[in-house]
Amino acid sequence: MKNLKIGIAAMLLLVVSFTNAQEKEKMDHSKMKMDKMQDAKAEAVLADYFMVKDALVGDNTKKAAQMGTKLVASLKAFDSSSYTKEQQEELADIIEDATEQAEHIAKNAIDHQREHFKTLSKDITDMVAITGIKNTLYQQFCPMYDRGSAWLSTSNEVRNPYYGSKMLKCGKVQKEINN
Amino acid sequence: MKIVKIIILVLLVAFVGIQFVPTERNQSDIVPVTDFMLVNTVSKDIKNKLQVSCYDCHSNNTQYPWYNKIQPVSWILEGHIKDGKEELNFNEWDLLSSRRKASKLRSIIKQIESSEMPLSSYTLIHKDAKFSDREKKELIEWITQLKDSL
Repeated sequence: MKNLKIGIAAMLLLVVSFTNAQEKEKMDHSKMKMDKMQDAKAEAVLADYFMVKDALVGDNTKKAAQMGTKLVASLKAFDSSSYTKEQQEELADIIEDATEQAEHIAKNAIDHQREHFKTLSKDITDMVAITGIKNTLYQQFCPMYDRGSAWLSTSNEVRNPYYGSKMLKCGKVQKEINN
Repeated sequence: MKIVKIIILVLLVAFVGIQFVPTERNQSDIVPVTDFMLVNTVSKDIKNKLQVSCYDCHSNNTQYPWYNKIQPVSWILEGHIKDGKEELNFNEWDLLSSRRKASKLRSIIKQIESSEMPLSSYTLIHKDAKFSDREKKELIEWITQLKDSL
């Protein structure tokens, strides 16, 4: 009798732990999938940010405005559901702020675009600190523009988005960012 | 000559007609606890300056000019106020996160610096809303301090 009871208990334990393990596996799996998808969305935001930056480097207001509109869309598509609650809150804040900057870039003259690009750069830098990145980025810095302003680039060569052709190579690499 | 008369008559009828189109008025006696002046320590001078130069379009309460009820003036004012409040509503300042506050302050500084705000169409009528160079400098200094303290 006693043996039977122990046997049943052991079986129950086994069943419980087994289903639990399966559950966990499922969860891990879905999370991994989500992470990958989100990375793609963060990368899309980043790609549009670089398009805005390149347009400003080239003194191209129209292109910067178009890319600003694109950036508004990719920011909207960003989905933070796989991040922790705290990260989600910070990401929501970053996205809201970045969206406003992108909207302004989409409808203003170049001086204004550059002004908002400064704030945008800070937002995007804070975003990648949470989401991580695929490829190495370089944080670059121009000490002259608005008491010092930073931006991100995929290359370690300096091409200044705040002054464009006026001071194309003015600035320095401040930091290398690896995920 | 007849055609001129008809045109004038049509315009007159249209002018009278549009007077009946209602507009939304931006008025409120309540200053919410989230107001910029309440959550920050603001000197009397700056308080007064912001009130006169900014609050008409960037808060829930506009001090309307006497001609505000005449169309199409009402429409123009309504549009400006709507846009202004969308960009920045001083009454709702404390609802913003620190990041959003810093961005807004940065934009405020730039707008004042480049004399884009207050709008020239506004200062044309509200002479006292215009910032002198000294006032500009003082304001920017103070707002920069506020931004750095966030």
